[in-house]
Parts: sequence; structure tokens; C-alpha cells
Amino acid sequence: MSATPVPVDIPLPLPAPEPVLVAVLVGFFIMHIAFVNFMVGGTFLTLWYELKGLKERRYDKLAYAISSTITANKSIAVVLGVGPLLAINTLYTVYFYTANALTGFAWISIIPLVITAFLLTYAHKYFWHRMDNAKGLHLALITFASLIFLFVPLIFLTNITLMLYPDKWAGVHGFFSALTLPFIWPRYAHFLLACPAMTGLLMVWLFRRGSDEDIAATGFERAELLRKGYRWALWPTVLQFAVGPLALLTLPAVPGSTASVTIVFGISIVVSAIMCLLMFAETRRGGDKIGSSFGAVCTLMAIVILLMGGGRHLYREAAVSEHRELVKERTNEYMREVDAARAATAAQDGGK
Amino acid sequence: MDFPIFHLDLLGNRGLIAIIAILHVLINHGLAVGMMPLVAAMEWYGHKKQDARWDQLAYKILFVCFLITTTVGALTGVGIWLSVSLVNPYSIASLIRVFFWGWFIEWLVFITEVVLIVAYTLTWKKWSTGTAKVRHIKLGFALGFFSWVTMAIIVSILGFMMDPGNWLTDRSLLVGFTNPMYLPQLAFRTPLALMEAGVIAMFLTLCFTRKDPELRTNAIRAAGLWIMIFAPLMLVGGWWYYSKVPEAMAANLSVGLLTLQFTEWHDLLIKVIVGSLALILIVAQFAIYRPNRVPRWLPLVPLAAIIWMTGHFERVREFVRKPYVIGRYMYANGIRVDDYPLLQRDGLLAHATYSTPLTRAEIGKAQPAQIPQLQQGKDVFMIACSRCHTGNGVNSVTGQFRRMMGDGKWDPAAIQAYLANMHDAQPFMPPFPGNQNDLKLLGGYMLHLQANEAPIAGGQSAGVTVNPAYTAEAMKAARSKETAAKEITR
Repeated sequence: MSATPVPVDIPLPLPAPEPVLVAVLVGFFIMHIAFVNFMVGGTFLTLWYELKGLKERRYDKLAYAISSTITANKSIAVVLGVGPLLAINTLYTVYFYTANALTGFAWISIIPLVITAFLLTYAHKYFWHRMDNAKGLHLALITFASLIFLFVPLIFLTNITLMLYPDKWAGVHGFFSALTLPFIWPRYAHFLLACPAMTGLLMVWLFRRGSDEDIAATGFERAELLRKGYRWALWPTVLQFAVGPLALLTLPAVPGSTASVTIVFGISIVVSAIMCLLMFAETRRGGDKIGSSFGAVCTLMAIVILLMGGGRHLYREAAVSEHRELVKERTNEYMREVDAARAATAAQDGGK
Repeated sequence: MDFPIFHLDLLGNRGLIAIIAILHVLINHGLAVGMMPLVAAMEWYGHKKQDARWDQLAYKILFVCFLITTTVGALTGVGIWLSVSLVNPYSIASLIRVFFWGWFIEWLVFITEVVLIVAYTLTWKKWSTGTAKVRHIKLGFALGFFSWVTMAIIVSILGFMMDPGNWLTDRSLLVGFTNPMYLPQLAFRTPLALMEAGVIAMFLTLCFTRKDPELRTNAIRAAGLWIMIFAPLMLVGGWWYYSKVPEAMAANLSVGLLTLQFTEWHDLLIKVIVGSLALILIVAQFAIYRPNRVPRWLPLVPLAAIIWMTGHFERVREFVRKPYVIGRYMYANGIRVDDYPLLQRDGLLAHATYSTPLTRAEIGKAQPAQIPQLQQGKDVFMIACSRCHTGNGVNSVTGQFRRMMGDGKWDPAAIQAYLANMHDAQPFMPPFPGNQNDLKLLGGYMLHLQANEAPIAGGQSAGVTVNPAYTAEAMKAARSKETAAKEITR
């Protein structure tokens, strides 16, 4: 194992009480990630249905309806990401910036990649009808956007994971080297599954409230559309029962206690199970009844996401709290030396 | 020093920030802050005259702005943050600690701005008649206002970096926010943004009104008038800013060091402002009096002038704050002014947590015995020079020495002597932050760079090694030893 560095922190006080910054970080991150899920999941589902639409025209219309949500969700996702970024920069300065620097090329490539993906999604949406005769090219636009959306979260995930393990920093030589850290992949799978699941619920919301004309335009019955949405939400969530615990179990042991993390994730598994049962029941309901538990399902999903966000924060704290004490100690020691050297120089200058 | 050091040896670290930031400023000023009130005004005019053609033209212009601002504009905004966090984490981390709430409020305003632009664009066709239309026009003006507020907050942070004013003694957000350069910059940028929008609107009008000569004539004339309204305000704002620059400069440097170079830059700034403005006014006048004869390329001329002026303005802004990245608090190399006595006494490497290993290409033909010294030389370079300079790329150190010492083999003693006193000769350079040994190591490394042009690898590819003195293991061992010693004393 490589040595664990203990750097000096920025010698300025936090601009707000720590709990306030934590609330900003966790609260707004949850909102941000929900819209990221909608955006990425929406792109995947659009691609999927547009491909199906090559054989059956009405799927193309469904794909169009879903694609209309991507661009609005992406704008909200970006703007909601700024607050958590601000808070994580403040709370975890040493950790976050170190992970950024060690994966620097990939970190900065987020900007051109996401710009490209966004422009592709706009082109895909606004040229939909004009490109009816160039379907291959049209599909290429959304495929390329999907690939970018597959890759970019991996960069973020690598950063926020790498920052938690100072003992791994000296062993990393760039982004792809950081990817070899085994615990990144189960977390990535966990994120990927959440995207269609969340977008499935978005579909239910969209088609529950859609006007009869809008629904008729898709060529599907309303109940059929709601069922599809629930299926997208249900089956990836069922898979999470395998992936979630795997992500938890593969996380490296950390210095702090993770008992609270296990409890929080345990509760989230129970809540998820209830939510899955409800969604399964929804998929079995008839035309006029389907969607009646949507409020309950959304509430349970919100609880699961809150628990996930909270649990992640508890784990983050367990991972870095001991190291942070050492950083504080080193920073204080360094500042004492700085003050002594300044005093000595001032005395010397005064004596001249 | 205390973060792994990211480094781009071809483009240069500053180049990365500059590309992203200038693109962002142009989009933010021209397509958001200046354009939203202009589009709302066009919509209002169309509604007042009950002329749907104005409404359609306004929508087309808005749609272009919507596409660009919500993609390139939004992402370059985040990109400034990401690039600065890579290039100078010390400065951005410090600024965040000071301006957290300023940035937080700016973020809330930004959320409002994005929601408004999405709502304004998507409801255009739905809210098209009666009171709904009036509401929509108000939404447009509200969007313009919030776009301006985001700029007004960010300008404060930029002004703070040039001259923090009383913050150095009273470290509060309000004192930092109301720094001396704040209002002059805002007074300059606001009409600049509105004028830039007028020029872009003129160009887009020429693109969108080919089939309607009457609308084209009226809209081009209106864009010309819009530019004429804000031109004098920009001149006043520019003059105010111009007159405040020497004060900020004097705060950063002793007056005796205000060199010819600065005077040249400063003089050039006002010439650039006046020259660009004259060019813009000529085009605006032509647009007003001969709107039907304006060719499509013509607005590109004042647009180029505005880009040039904005670029020069930003360069002067950067120039004024040198040798600091945060005036009188932190030098451009990311080292705090207060840290200098310690580092100059003990040397940079004594307190550095990380080292950035040499790659094979960087070692080149060096003998194994030379490698430890080269490694230390590289680390001194990375800490003291690499935030602004590359080895052999843009703004390279080798280029600087080649200009001074020619192509023959350089004299390391001359390099050391120059580095030790360069801030006297070039007051825009920070003083050398290390001690004599660091200078010697750096001199030797410069000689190596003269012979070996391999790119200098940053932490993002070479990784890092850790100073054994600053590891958790060493600190814990020292702590146990201390506890044991205390036990024995008892």
C-alpha cells in the first residue's frame, strides 16, 4: 500500500457552519442527481424506442415524446449541479481538488463532452421530423449522445470515489489508472440502473397528466404507456437489490464506523422492496386503476433517494474524518511555522 | 504545493482558463445579459404595433441564444470553475471561502435565469395573445434583469481579485464584495453587453429577414439605434474603469515600479475602447441611415472589434492584478504572501507534500546520478513557475531564457541570479518563493530543459509521490513517540 499523504489545508475558516454546508451538499445533490437520471435515462429510452420505431411506427412517436423531456431536464440538471459543487469544494477542499488534479484530463474533458452531447440532443430533437428520411443519421445523433452520457458520469464517479481514499492517491496515474480501483464499477452500475428507473417514473408522470390528444398521438393507450413506465422503474430497481449491496460490500474498509451507513442502507432496501411491490401491483392493474398509487411510489422513491444521499454522506465522513483531523493538525503546525518565520523576518527587518 | 499539480505543457495552464473564460464571457455578455432585454423589447414593440413579423424575428433570435447559452454558455461557466480548480486550486479554494454566499446567491439567481429562459422560450407560442402576451413580455424583461444580476455578482469577485481593498484587514463578505474595482467594472461591462447584443442582433436579423425587406430595414435601423443608446454609456463606464486601473495597480505594486510596459498597456486600453467604439458607431450610423444597404458581413466587423476590446479588457484585468492572483494576499504562483518568509528560509521542497515524478522522456539522456537533482529541480519549477509558464510550450521558461541568453549553452549562475531578482526587473513577476538551494536546483533544471524538449508531465499523467515526512503513518508515529515521551517524563 502506498503512503497516505497529509497535505496542508486552505488556512481560511469555513464560510458557514458545517451542518449548513452539508445540507446544501446533500439536499441539492439529490435534486441534481434526480435530473441527471432523467436526462441520461431519457436519452437511453429515446434511443431504445426509436430503434423499436424502425419496425413499429408508434414507438417512434413514443421516442419523440420522451426525447422532448431531455433538453429541459439537462438544463435543470446542469444548473442544480453548481450548488453541490460549491459545497463540496468548500467542505472537502483537500480531497476533491486532489482527485480532480489526479484525473485532470478526464475532469476537464467533461466540458467539451457535455457541450457536444447537449448540442446532439438539441439537433436530435429539433431535426426529428426533418430527418425522417435520414433515420440512420438521426439515430447516430442520439447514439453518440448516449455514449457520452454513459462516459461522463464515470468521470464524476471516479472523482468523488477517489477523493475518499487518500491512501490510494499516490498509486493513481491518471483517470484510466483510477478506473482500475475495483470499487468504482459497482457504484457505476448502481447509477446506471437508477437512470431508466427514474425515467420510468417520469414517463408515468408525463403520460398520467398528458391530454387525450397527446396520448392518442403516440398510438398507445394511456394505461399501456403507464405500464411501460412502471416496468422501466420496476425491473432496474429489482436489479439494484443485487447491485446495491455489492456496491456497499466492495467499498474499502474505512477508519470511521460504518454501522450507521449499514443501517441507513438497510432501511433503504426495505423501503425499496415496498416500492417494488407497489409498482408491481400497479403494472397488474386495469386501465382505469393504473397510476392510482403513483403518489405513494414517488414518495417511497424520494425516501430511498434521501436515504442513499444521507448514507453516502455518512460513509464519506467515516472515510475522511480521521484523515481530516491529521490535515487539521498539519495545517495548524504549518501556520505556526509561517507565523514564526514572519515574526523573525519582521524582527530582522526592524533591526536593520 | 499541497495539491497534486496539474500541468499542461503545450497550451499552458493559463491558456486553458483563457479559452474557456473568453468564450464564456462573449456568450454571457452578448447572448444573455445584453440580448434578453433586447429580445423582450422587440417582442414588446411587435405587440405594440400588432405586427407578428417582429414577434417572429424576436423568437428566432431568442431561439439561437437559447441553444447557445444553455449548451456552450452554461458549460463554459462550469468549465471556468473546473479549469481554475485544476490550474490554481489555492486561489479558487480561497475565493470560495470568502465568497461562498455571494456565489450561492449568484447560483440561486442563475437557477432563476435558467428557469426563466426555458419558460420564456417554451411559452412563446402558447402565451401569444391578450394578457398572456403581456405576461410573456414581462417574463422576458425579468429574464433580462436576472441575467444582469448574475453578472453583477460575478464582477464583484473579479474586482476583488484585482484589488481586495479593505478585505485584507476586515475579512468579511461585504467588504470583499464592495471592492474598489467593482462598480467601474460593472459600469463598463453592462453597456458593453448591451452593445454586443445589438451587433449580434443586427447580424441575426440579416440572416432571418431575407424575404422581408421592409422588416429588415426597420429591424436593422432599430439595432443601430439600440447600439447608439448604449455607446455613450460604455464610453463613460470605460473611462471610469480606465481611471481606476492605476489605483488598483498602485495598490499591488509600489508606484516606482509602474513600468513603461504597464503605461503602454494602459494607454492601449483607452485607445482600444475609443477605436472600437468609433468603428461600432460608424456601422450603427450606417445601419440607421442606410439600413437596406447593410451587407450580412458588416456586423461582423464591430463584433470583431468588440471581441478584440473584450479580450484586451480581460488581459488588462489580468495584468493589473499581477503579480498576485488575489491582490496582496496570494501571488500568481498560488503561494500566499504570508508563506514567503517560511519558504524562503526553509526552501519550497521542505514543506511540499507532493512531488511530480519525472517521466522517462523527461529524464532523457540524463545520467542516473543526476536524476535526484533533476527531480527536485522539476518540483521547484512545478511549485514556483508552472502556474503561468510551460517548459517548452506557450509562454515557456526556455523561450524567456533563449531571448535573454541566446541559443548557446546557458550559464546556470546567470539563471540563478536572474531568477533571484526578476521581480525587480519585471514587477509583474512574483518574487522567487524559495531559498538559494531551490534557485540552484531550478537553474540546473533549466539547463536540462534547454537540451530536452520533452513535455513536462503533470500529476494528471505522471501521478505523485509523497514526501515521507508528511504521511499519515509518519504523523501517527510521531504522535505515539510524543505520547511515550510524555509517559516517561511522568
